[in-house]
Amino acid sequence: MNNIVIVDYGVGNILSVTRAFTYVGGAPLMTDSPDLIRSAKALVLPGVGAFGSAIQMLREKNLLEPILEVAKSGRPFLGICLGMQMMMEESEEFGSHKGLGLIAGNVVAIPYQDTEGNSQKVPHVGWNTISDRTNKEGFEDEILRGIKQGSSFYFVHSFLCSPMDEEERVADTSYGGVRIAAVIRKGNLFGCQFHPEKSGGKGLVFLKNFLDIVHKQSSILV
Amino acid sequence: MKNIRVIARLDVKGPHLVKGIQFEGLRKLGDPNTFAKKYWKEGADEILYLDIVASLYGRSNLVEILEETTKEVFVPITAGGGVRTVKDAEVLLRAGADKVAVNTGCIKNPELIGEIAKTFGSQCLVLSIEAKRKEDGTWEAYYESGREKSGLDAVAWAIEGAQRGAGEILVTSVDKDGTQRGFDLDLVRSIAESVPVPVICAGGLGKEQDAIDAVREAKADAIAGGAFFHYNEGGIARVKHTLREEGILVRIHTNE
Repeated sequence: MNNIVIVDYGVGNILSVTRAFTYVGGAPLMTDSPDLIRSAKALVLPGVGAFGSAIQMLREKNLLEPILEVAKSGRPFLGICLGMQMMMEESEEFGSHKGLGLIAGNVVAIPYQDTEGNSQKVPHVGWNTISDRTNKEGFEDEILRGIKQGSSFYFVHSFLCSPMDEEERVADTSYGGVRIAAVIRKGNLFGCQFHPEKSGGKGLVFLKNFLDIVHKQSSILV
Repeated sequence: MKNIRVIARLDVKGPHLVKGIQFEGLRKLGDPNTFAKKYWKEGADEILYLDIVASLYGRSNLVEILEETTKEVFVPITAGGGVRTVKDAEVLLRAGADKVAVNTGCIKNPELIGEIAKTFGSQCLVLSIEAKRKEDGTWEAYYESGREKSGLDAVAWAIEGAQRGAGEILVTSVDKDGTQRGFDLDLVRSIAESVPVPVICAGGLGKEQDAIDAVREAKADAIAGGAFFHYNEGGIARVKHTLREEGILVRIHTNE
């Protein structure tokens, strides 16, 4: 029985996401079927590439409605990288594009200058550390259980999410002094800017935590 | 701050992991996946597969190898060897590679750099440069796994590659490769100081200090090791430990 449905809309290396979930004990299903997505216990929206064309692809495949239905039903939902960016209201990537509007805030370009005015490389590619604004050892949120502040995750992106509500930022990373939302959460909705499926052992812990949330949630629903 | 990456480089011939010295006298070492999984557990930040005969015959065993690796290795994987077209790159990416490394294909057709970058994004394309030192102190880019001269100056080629859209440059010294006698630091520095994209230092890693030199002296963003890791148990963990002791940021590994 599949417990996680991964939206397969023809972009990116989603095979790795599927394999990572399998590795941590999940039973993922990749699909672009609106019905299977609608009936998912938990949904994962992956993504690499451009915002506008990804949203367009979801629209053409009639997946926008089913995705929104799951997200608003209270079932666990995880957006990865571009998938997280699509959870926001709007993106300025190559013109202005409307997102899913699940999280208040928008998506903006990573500046080509760091906060001291030196030029910096974009996209932001590589291992970077995550933390929140407390000085605690770990994180409050269950999605980051067992992960210490300062742990490294693998990022590949040119745009960043800017959530309006500080409370919805669970962890940040910093690139050239620019603050980047690394993990967001609003109720059943989770998003991560990094690629947990490429982030070594810590990334697997993150996915396992999501899976635990799914199990907990399904036992409540049953 | 971004971490310095330590990359395990696996040269592949057919279904075997191989290693030579200066690209010659290849020795078979075993199953590439056994080594890749070992390196993942030791904390490798990335896995780099290079099919070193694919360029000669225009074919590759990498797809089968990648499909197996991605089941148990969850760090970025780069694959190269025999990529001549956008389609070739797509085949490797679909098999589970996150990036493709291209040398011969780009030297023969520089347009390929832009084509791959435009189709999959710059972050997907690693321009692989195999360079040999000339008598005048400059370096020439070689192709077909260090066998053929291109006539191109390695530094100028790196600059052109980055301008055309390569997201990273993998610099391998043909003179040092497999020797475990230290990197060609002048070569790597000359390129790292000339391009705006990350540079991976390869060819010659033989002791922990070489990794420090690659970062401090050659300004490398990443260090790739082959022979040193294959022949020295725990090499990756030791290199990362040494870099950290030196105050260089590396990812603290807990792969499992």
